[in-house]
Amino acid sequence: MIAVKEKENEGVYLSSFREVEEKLAHGSPSWLQAIRREAVEVFAERGFPTTKDEEWRFTSVAPIAGKAFKPGRHELTPALRQAILGHAMADLDCPRLVFLNGHYCEELSSAATLPKGVRAGSLGEALRSEGAALEAHLARYADYRDHSFVALNTAFLEDGAFVEIPKGVILEKPLQLLFVSEAGNGLVVSHPRNLILVGRESQATIIETFVGLDSATSAGLKPAATPATTAATEGVYFTNAVTEIAVEEGAHVHYIKVQQESSRSFHYARMQVQQERSSSVTTHSFALGGALIREEVRAVLDGEGAEAVLNGLYVLTGSQHVDNHTLIDHAKPHCGSREFYKGVLDGRSSAVFNGAIKVRQDAQKTDSKQSNKNLLLSEDAIINTKPQLEIYADDVKCTHGATIGHIDSEAIFYLRSRGIALAEARNLLTYAFANDVLGRIQYEPLRQRLDRELFTRLGETGRPEEA
Amino acid sequence: MLKIRNLKAKVGSNEILHGINLDVKAGEVHAIMGPNGSGKSTFAQVLAGRDTYEVTGGEATYEGKDLLAMSPEERAREGIFMAFQYPVEIPGVSNTYFLRSALNAMRKHRGLPEYDAMDFLARVREKVKLLDMDEALLNRSVNEGFSGGEKKRNEIFQMAVLEPKLAILDETDSGLDIDALKIVASGVNALRSPERGIIVVTHYQRLLNYIVPDFVHVLYNGRIVKSGGKELALELEEKGYGWLEESVPAGQTA
Repeated sequence: MIAVKEKENEGVYLSSFREVEEKLAHGSPSWLQAIRREAVEVFAERGFPTTKDEEWRFTSVAPIAGKAFKPGRHELTPALRQAILGHAMADLDCPRLVFLNGHYCEELSSAATLPKGVRAGSLGEALRSEGAALEAHLARYADYRDHSFVALNTAFLEDGAFVEIPKGVILEKPLQLLFVSEAGNGLVVSHPRNLILVGRESQATIIETFVGLDSATSAGLKPAATPATTAATEGVYFTNAVTEIAVEEGAHVHYIKVQQESSRSFHYARMQVQQERSSSVTTHSFALGGALIREEVRAVLDGEGAEAVLNGLYVLTGSQHVDNHTLIDHAKPHCGSREFYKGVLDGRSSAVFNGAIKVRQDAQKTDSKQSNKNLLLSEDAIINTKPQLEIYADDVKCTHGATIGHIDSEAIFYLRSRGIALAEARNLLTYAFANDVLGRIQYEPLRQRLDRELFTRLGETGRPEEA
Repeated sequence: MLKIRNLKAKVGSNEILHGINLDVKAGEVHAIMGPNGSGKSTFAQVLAGRDTYEVTGGEATYEGKDLLAMSPEERAREGIFMAFQYPVEIPGVSNTYFLRSALNAMRKHRGLPEYDAMDFLARVREKVKLLDMDEALLNRSVNEGFSGGEKKRNEIFQMAVLEPKLAILDETDSGLDIDALKIVASGVNALRSPERGIIVVTHYQRLLNYIVPDFVHVLYNGRIVKSGGKELALELEEKGYGWLEESVPAGQTA
C-alpha cells in the first residue's frame, strides 16, 4: 500500500532528525527546540504530499520522497572556493552572504560595506548568541503546521541568513544571499532558513540566489547535460528552503529570487512575506534551473495601504517541471496587489501556475490584479494555470487573466521579411516575451546577468545588446 | 529585374491568383490597382514569401533567380522589401534593435561589415528626418501603440534605411490623412532611382498623384485585366471599379 511506502520515505528524515536532534538543541534556545519537535511531528503525520492533495495535483514529489537524502558537507575546499568565486552569480558587485549546502560560509561573505546598524550574517550564529530576540519572528510567519516541506525545513532549522535592517535605513546596494549546493556523489539535502526583518521606513533590495555546482554550471551557464556514464546519484540534491520576511510600517523591499540549481536537483522554496501598514514589497521569482521545482510565494498584507507586487518568470527546457504556487492574503482594507508571472516552455517541460488571492471580510477596497502568460515553444510542453480567488469582502476589485500561446506566426513573417533568419526571429520573439519581467529588476548588474542567462538558454543567436 | 509568368496561388482550398503576368524593370514604378478581394494583397504577400499562401502554378524570377524557391529572409537579403498593409506589433523588441538586426543581416549577406549601435544611429538619423518621424519612436517597441499613420510611416522609414532593390508597397496609403500621405510619398520618391523597381499596390488613385507610376495594372478576380500608363489610374478613378465588370470579357471574371 502507498501509505506503507510513504512511511519508509519519511522514515529517512525521522531517523535523521533523531540523529541530529541533540546537536541542534545544543546552543539553541529552548523555544526553538520545541518548535523543531512540533515540526517533525507535523511532518511525520502529514508525510510528503501526493497528487491526491489538491495543492499538489499537478506536481508529484515522488522523486524527492523516494530518495534517501542526507545532509551534506560544508567545508570549503580550494576547488570549491574557486568554483564559487568563478560563478557568474558571485560577481554582482554588492555585499553578500554565502552559504554552502545551507551553512554560512564566512570566508566568502562580505557584508562589511553595509550601513551601520544593519545586521547580516548567519542565522545559526544569531540563534546561539541572542536567540531570545528572534523568538517573536522565527517560524511565526511561515506556518509549519499545515505544510510538509515547511515543517521539514523547520524541523531541521539550523542555519541560513539573518538580516535585520533597523528603522529608517536605506540600503544603496542590494544584499545578496548566495546559496551554493555541491552534491558530489549526490543525495544531499539542505534546509536553508532565512529571516529578514526590515524596520520601519527602511528600504532594501535583497537578492536570493540558488546555484548548483556541477561540471557545467560552475561557469554559471547552461544546465549540465547528463552523460550516460554519470552515476545515478551524481549531482542529485534537494534544497528545501524557507525565507521569512517581516516588513514594518512604511518600509520598501525588493526581494529577488533567482533559482539556478543544477539540472538534476530538486528544489522546494517558500518565500513568506508579512507586511505592515503602508509598506510595499516587490518580489521577483526567476525559476531557471533544476529538475523538479516548487516555488511558493506568500504575502500577507496585514496593514492598511500595504502593497505587494509579485513578479515571476520560468524558462524551462528538457523535462524540467516548475510549480509556482502563490498566495496573496489581503487581511486589511485599502491594500493593493499586482501579480505578473510569465513562462516559456520548451521540450517536454511542464509548469504549474496557481495564483491564490484571498480577500478577508475586513479587507474592503482591495485592488488586486493577476496575470499569467505562457509561451509554449513545443507541442510537448504542458502548462496548468489556475487563478484561485477567495473573496469575503464586498467592495473589492479583483481581476485575473491567463494566456497560453505559441509564437505569433505573423510576427515571425514580419521579422523574416526584413532579412532576419527564422531561428533568430523565434529567439527574438521569445526573448521579447520574457524580457518585460527582467525589465522589472532595477539592479542593473543582476538584470544583465539574467539577460545573458536567458539568451544562453534560448540559443546563442540573436542576442540583443542595448542599442 | 522581376519576371512573373502565369502565377497562381491559393489559401486553403480557395484559389485567389488565377495566373498573373508582370515584368518590372529596374527604374520602373508599377501601380497595381484593384477592388477589394481582387487579390492585390495576396499578390504582394506571395512576392514577399508569406507561407499562408500556396503557390499552385507559374513562375517568378528575380534578377534571374527562382524567387519562389527562396525563403522570406533570403528574398529580403537579396533586396526585396514589402511595406505591410497591416504592420505587426512586436512588444518587447525595440524598433532600433529590430532594424539594426535587419540591416546587419543584409550587410552580412553582401559580405559587408556589420554596423554597431553608433554607426547605425548615425545612418538612421537622416532617414528619421526624411520621414518627419518622432525620434522617440525608435526606442519604442516595434509598432506597439503606434497610430495607423505612424505604422505606415515606420514601414517607409524601414524601407529608406534598408534601401531595397525592389520595393513592394501594400496599400501603404490606406488610412493616411493627406499630410501623412505626402510624407510617405516623398519618402518613396526619394528612393526612386534607375537601379530600383517599385510596385505600388493600392485601392485608390489618390496616392498616384504623389507617386506617379510608369505603368498601371488593374487586378481583377486574380488576373491583370488591363495595363496602361498613369492615365489608366485616372480613368479608373472616374469610372469606378464597376466599369471593369462591363469592360472585362465574361470568361475572365470567373
